[in-house]
Amino acid sequence: MATPEPVVNEWDRQDRQDLDTDEMVLNMGPQHPATHGVLRLELRTDGEVVKAARPHIGYLHRCFEKHAENVDYPGVLPYADRMDYCAAMGNTLGFALAVEKLHNLQVSPYVATLRIVMAELQRIASHAVAVGTYTMDIGAFTPFLHLLRDREKILDLFEWTCGARLLYNYNWIGGVSHDIPEGFVRATRDLLREFDSVTFPELLDLIIHNRIFVKRLASVGVCSKELAISHDLTGPNLRGSGVPRDLRKDEPYLGYETYDFDVCVGQGQYGPLGSCFDRNWVRVVEMRESSKILHQALDRLEKMERTPVQEKCPKRVKPPKGEAYVRSEAPRGQLGYYVVSDGNINPYRVKVKSPCFTAMSVFHHLARGMMIADIIALIGSLDIVLGEIDR
Amino acid sequence: MDAKAIHEKLVARFGEKIAGEGLAAASPFAVVAPEAIAEVALFCKSDPRLAFDNLMCLSGVDYPKENPPRMEVAYHLYSYVHLHTFALKVLLPRENPALPTVEGVWGVANWHERECFDLLGIVFLGHSDLRRILLPDDWEGHPLRKDWQDPEYYHGLHVKPTQQMAERALAGEKIGVGPFDFTPPNRSNQG
Repeated sequence: MATPEPVVNEWDRQDRQDLDTDEMVLNMGPQHPATHGVLRLELRTDGEVVKAARPHIGYLHRCFEKHAENVDYPGVLPYADRMDYCAAMGNTLGFALAVEKLHNLQVSPYVATLRIVMAELQRIASHAVAVGTYTMDIGAFTPFLHLLRDREKILDLFEWTCGARLLYNYNWIGGVSHDIPEGFVRATRDLLREFDSVTFPELLDLIIHNRIFVKRLASVGVCSKELAISHDLTGPNLRGSGVPRDLRKDEPYLGYETYDFDVCVGQGQYGPLGSCFDRNWVRVVEMRESSKILHQALDRLEKMERTPVQEKCPKRVKPPKGEAYVRSEAPRGQLGYYVVSDGNINPYRVKVKSPCFTAMSVFHHLARGMMIADIIALIGSLDIVLGEIDR
Repeated sequence: MDAKAIHEKLVARFGEKIAGEGLAAASPFAVVAPEAIAEVALFCKSDPRLAFDNLMCLSGVDYPKENPPRMEVAYHLYSYVHLHTFALKVLLPRENPALPTVEGVWGVANWHERECFDLLGIVFLGHSDLRRILLPDDWEGHPLRKDWQDPEYYHGLHVKPTQQMAERALAGEKIGVGPFDFTPPNRSNQG
């Protein structure tokens, strides 16, 4: 009878402990600035080389799943916002899609287009933070300021639309909270024009194809295709390993299939495929693809008949008994919601599959045999947000 | 392959061990006997027609009010080869729920199972490192169980003021220990 092979726990292996000498257990975090929040790493080191690594998470655990069972469906949305605080639009979108599937609701084309506009703007903003903080992690401060400046303009658009800059509570079940204001399309066009002609080429010249950046990262933290799939890396991390899979193409929602854009896949142009460089490169070129989608969506918004954005919102969200696992392509990867309804106004169970959680689960594989300084480069390249890992 | 064909293939291979199905559900699933989950999972991954190389999600759910009371573990699978999805479910008794681990099949299951153990108390037999993951190591109990009661104290701190505590506090009594005393709000200043 076939059974899977037992997994070896590298950290607790006794034979390794007996053989090696002069090992030191180094604690990194939870207050380490390069761990992107409150991640704690235990590293077993031999000199500068990491022999085994053990991440400890949970410092930012806020009981999202427990809270979700105790509030009604619309009440879950603000909590969902607070998971991945760098990309809150994607979180609420995922939950709204899941409940709409249970409820069998279809939003109008106008609302779907609004959601796409917000999701893609959020993707650009989120990747800007990811790449910006990453360059800061590995020692370049200026790009961080440039990118945060550009992200700020997107946040201004969000604030103009719904009043919030970081946690929007924008995607509601069956609709969105606010229609876009007068002049939004033109302002977004201006922003995209600047992004396409100045920010993006500047980003490529200044950082991505910078000789120092490439040499630092092109052979660090290489994650093979098989390891990435087995550990459920998704989004830019997966595509960085050369798997051309994007939910917006494979399982389109909100009408993504009608937009013309490419799936960005790591090329391994400077070193082995799946390195830290590839993951970051995918993030950067994905920003350009988002800009492409945005241009098309804005064209449609202008021509489209405006419908009230909340006309489909049910007065009482009370999905019939049932369950659904719905996933969407958030900036950090596939965000999945497993929602179980028992026919009440509260969800019976909400489980979140967070892309950062699964990305972090591969960490100890990649960290083994690395230099300590490269650990920082590795964490940043996985683009984790601890709020979403710990929920 | 669609869900029906996948289910038929599993039944043809494992017979009695596929104990039920929910093909009409929004996310179709098959119910697997607890002791068989590891081999079913391995088959799902290694069979070229199924090729479920990706475990999207592993979640535990507690159903104390069902008859008989049970816990469920749901495995949502995805194939990057054929781009199809399917789900496996295992039904467990609420007393001492335990089932074999699948971390040898999908690496990500290691953390998902730790989370499931942490929050629901489901034990995964043969797991290489079954520790709490989100909650502190000295936490007692499993909060996502439906009969969970918030503890009154954690390390000497009030975790949750009960109704009685709130009433006592509003009556002017000083309750709590340490530097985190819960002092009653001064209602008269709030206008």
